Amino acid sequence: MSTPEIVVATEELAEHKSLLARVWDLCRRQPLGTFGALVVLLMIFLAVFANVLTPYNPEAASWENQLTAPNAQFLMGTDHFGRDILTRIIYGSRTALFVGFAASIVGATLGLVLGVASAYFGGTFDIIVQRVVDVVLAFPLIILALVVVAAFGTAIQYVIIAITIPFIPQCARVVRSNALAIREIPYVDAARAMGFSHARIILRHMVPNVMAPYLIMITAFMGQAILLEASLSFLGLGVQEPIPAWGLMLQGGAEEYAESAPWIPIFPGLAITVAVFGFNLFGDALRDVLDPKLRRE
Amino acid sequence: MKYFSARIAIAAIAGAALGLSAVGSASAAQKPQKGGILNFVVGSKIPSYDGHRETTFGVIHPLAPFYSLLIRINPDNPQSATDFVCDLCKGKLAKPTNGGTTYTFKIRKGVKFHDGTPLTAADIVATYQKIIFPPEGIPSARKTFFRMVESVSAPSKYTVVFKLQFPSGAFIGALGNPYNWTYSKKDLDENGYTWHQKNINGTGPFVFVQHQPGSFVEGKRYAGYHHKGQPYLDGYKAISASKMAVRLQAIRGGRAAIEFRGFPPKARDDLVKALGDKITVQESDWNCALMTTPNHKVKPFDDPRVRRALTLSLDRWGGSKYLSNIAIVKTVGGVVFPGHPLAATKEELQKIAGYWPDIEKSRAEAKRLLKEAGVAGMSFEFHNRGVDQPYKVVGTWMIDQWRRIGLKVTQRVQPSPAFYATLRKKKDFQVSMDFNCQAVINPIADITKFLGSAGNNYGSFEDKVLEDIYNKLLRSGDVNTQLKLIRQYEKRALDEQASGALTLWWYKINPHRSFVKGWKIAPSHYLNQQLDNVWLDKKLM
Amino acid sequence: MYAYIVKRLLLMIPTLLGAAVLVFYLLRAVPGDPCEIRLAGTGLYADPAEIELCQKNLGLDRPLYVQFFEFVGGYFTGDLGDSMWTGRPITYEIGLRFQLSLQVAIMATIVSVLLAIPLGTISAIRQDTWIDYVVRAFSIAGIAIPSFWLGIMIILGLLIITQQWFGTPWMPPIDYVSPFEDPLANLSQLIWPAIATGYRYSAVATRMTRSAMLEVLREDYIRTARAKGLLEKLIINRHALKNAMLPVVTIISIEFAFLIGGLVVTEQVFNLNGLGKLFVDSVGAQDFNLTQQLAMLVVLIFIVTNFVVDLFYAWLDPRIRYA
Repeated sequence: MSTPEIVVATEELAEHKSLLARVWDLCRRQPLGTFGALVVLLMIFLAVFANVLTPYNPEAASWENQLTAPNAQFLMGTDHFGRDILTRIIYGSRTALFVGFAASIVGATLGLVLGVASAYFGGTFDIIVQRVVDVVLAFPLIILALVVVAAFGTAIQYVIIAITIPFIPQCARVVRSNALAIREIPYVDAARAMGFSHARIILRHMVPNVMAPYLIMITAFMGQAILLEASLSFLGLGVQEPIPAWGLMLQGGAEEYAESAPWIPIFPGLAITVAVFGFNLFGDALRDVLDPKLRRE
Repeated sequence: MKYFSARIAIAAIAGAALGLSAVGSASAAQKPQKGGILNFVVGSKIPSYDGHRETTFGVIHPLAPFYSLLIRINPDNPQSATDFVCDLCKGKLAKPTNGGTTYTFKIRKGVKFHDGTPLTAADIVATYQKIIFPPEGIPSARKTFFRMVESVSAPSKYTVVFKLQFPSGAFIGALGNPYNWTYSKKDLDENGYTWHQKNINGTGPFVFVQHQPGSFVEGKRYAGYHHKGQPYLDGYKAISASKMAVRLQAIRGGRAAIEFRGFPPKARDDLVKALGDKITVQESDWNCALMTTPNHKVKPFDDPRVRRALTLSLDRWGGSKYLSNIAIVKTVGGVVFPGHPLAATKEELQKIAGYWPDIEKSRAEAKRLLKEAGVAGMSFEFHNRGVDQPYKVVGTWMIDQWRRIGLKVTQRVQPSPAFYATLRKKKDFQVSMDFNCQAVINPIADITKFLGSAGNNYGSFEDKVLEDIYNKLLRSGDVNTQLKLIRQYEKRALDEQASGALTLWWYKINPHRSFVKGWKIAPSHYLNQQLDNVWLDKKLM
Repeated sequence: MYAYIVKRLLLMIPTLLGAAVLVFYLLRAVPGDPCEIRLAGTGLYADPAEIELCQKNLGLDRPLYVQFFEFVGGYFTGDLGDSMWTGRPITYEIGLRFQLSLQVAIMATIVSVLLAIPLGTISAIRQDTWIDYVVRAFSIAGIAIPSFWLGIMIILGLLIITQQWFGTPWMPPIDYVSPFEDPLANLSQLIWPAIATGYRYSAVATRMTRSAMLEVLREDYIRTARAKGLLEKLIINRHALKNAMLPVVTIISIEFAFLIGGLVVTEQVFNLNGLGKLFVDSVGAQDFNLTQQLAMLVVLIFIVTNFVVDLFYAWLDPRIRYA
């Protein structure tokens, strides 16, 4: 049980190694995280180069190719509108990443602001923010998202809002508890005593110190956001046709024809699973690397 | 991967062969057997038990077997739009007297409500009073169907007389509406007009046993039913299943024997492939059609050229071949239910914009019109209802059709309440899906949907010419004049003004377990649902 | 301790009130109402007067604040009102579904515990070996697989496999049978959703078990036990597992609270008549009364569970009470 010593030792050694070797070292210590990172990179690659990677238009129906089984021309077959499933999965990674990044970055950032402010100012402001956070956290994610989508509508921007809202308090709570600890650190006290402005203290001292939980939350949210978007789309309340989106691909015809055309539900379902799996593994590894408390273990 | 494609090919062949042969054998007369419980699945919810106020088939399918109607579509010939027969009345339907303004019905004797109260003419009168002249504060969904009725009365214990203000061909259709359940006067008098929202007491073939909200309704055989020897079933269970996939699986996995709304052809083929001759398929044209309504108050849809371009780009003849594989729509038609004597022939249809035989020519014209109107390649938002079959599937088809003339269309889908609020009140849409769906086929009443003045037309337009044609049509008694006027009406609404566009008419496909006998498909999922003549063939179970 | 309990109870009030405000006004932001869908829901012509009448009957024509006070007032008078869609009492509508949701939640929790504790323990003991990696990958995959997709695959699998093995396709019942009436039919319906969701919810618990075990295994008394030469198995069972259980129990109870009302999508796939399906249906029908009472119920379950967990902690560790 001498893990701590080993970690420290490799880190010291690492400083003398090349970047490549250090990356390799990290990969060896975090095989699951590495796999996650690869998945994330692959997804980004697919999203960026979608129009180069596939010859088909993801939205154009092709009636002569309705419900074609996977073959050399359509590697994952076609759906009931004759659209190439692989193409829709590749373009679908754009939708997933867009919804995921938008929701998790906006959600985590607003949560960061709220959490830091709440911790820094304390008092009544903190109490009010904490009660609001309590309220929102008391709802299951999907219930809150459902009501928000029902209220606003089903366009992609509302789906993002619906997913963002439950993320804000989650992040606010984590950031606040981290920030509270930092507020008590002597140098922050000193900065206050010296009469620095609130903005300066918050930006220069507190925010950088809660960046680790912030980044961890973002990756954790990514997986959740992709799943939530898929669930909403599956309920018919998310992204709408003809936009290629993974959850949408599992809805409607995909279920009804699941038996005779199993490729329609199988591949998008796998895409969601692999993507969320990747983001979660990556997030876990990131936490191990970034969270000093865990690293000490 | 080879495995999949081979199975598909077999499915297609088996589907075609078995589907046809099954329908053939179903028509052969057999002696009905008694007994058994029929399980069926329903894809909609029960708002309240009162058929007079509700409008969804979610009320008809589970609850209609508890009630009787005065007259109904012949359960052995539900395909006919005009074959009404007596249910609670006696003998043949009598011809109207007094120049077509007086209808007299003799009521059956010896009929009893499930609570034992004997039925008399007074109950029929009380029922139609509630439907036609509801007291202040009591909703009645189809009151407007009876605008021609002056009075309902019972001159004797077993006679009912309807007096009309003017003769109307729409009266019998309205009278035979499947929602006009006969209530007992005693219940209405003693318990008030809202009692039936939560309680059931009818004279129908089945007696209410229990309702587990959200899950199922159970009924058992009524021994005192007035059609002798019926019902054949011991009882039934209507199981609620909101997802079509679940309803399909239920039939496949033996949890239900039938579903009465309809499945797309692909689903039918899968069932037939999996279960072979254990599945029988019944198919019919369906008195429902999806249409698109451009908002005439929003630019550029105030321009008839743009509206024409929208309808011109829809490949209806092609869609009838391929879209019909995956959606519950199929038949190309004009404003009148296809197959009805007043409907347009194929030649007549092909002269209307959007129905031309050559789609390329049609699309070229659409592009030209858009260019002329200065909106080539524009983008807009299509407003649709959050129901998969057939709304979203047909919506996706239309968006793809519009893409082919260079239009970039996105879709805004709303759940039903918000969808209707948008159409009726907010009106903040550009082009919306809409639909016309009726129980009893009655073209001259049904086509009012296309009039700008109709309460359920959401296009916000006035078309004096169209209104004039319709007023002439309403007053014409002769079929040839009606035919001529309807063609003018069709041309004006769908082509010249393109104030609305029709997509394909729905197509009803009901694959069911072969042991379910006696039920015949109707051109509407509201009709022929009392189940009194349905029986189970135990040899096939 | 009593002061702590009272303080925690008082803190619940603003949360509940906030939730009530949020739900009430969010629902009213939706265009349309239950009368629109009832009367115009099938596209037939609907007389505006009829719609107004319906709105009047349901009290929707009154100012919002009046409706809000009626909603909140219901908790004091004990009258939660009727569903705007079916006209039946809310307590009846919810009670009917609660039984099913509770049972699925309990079964899913059992599945989740049965998976999480052994897997988490093994993973901790064999930290950083391939066993650890496989277990972690397996449990994270549980979070990653959309549970509705898993559900679809399970039903499809059952249909295909039973047809191939027994000749007739079999699927779980689609209508609810009480476990007291027919336990076998009940189990054959609910075991599948319980597996699908239990697997999913085991992921967090597995991770928690693993890290709690890792922490405990490093404690001095375990080292002492090891030094004494106790069998490894005994150490794990008698000492380590017991002490690692606290955080695991916490996470499982909080998940349990979410499971009761949060199985929105899974209930759709398995056609379960539970609270999640009721929620989707009532949102769809714009049944304001029912939706807001359901949301409040879910919130209440969550808050009470948290309260109980906190009390338990406070009872174990007096320092918390004064924090």
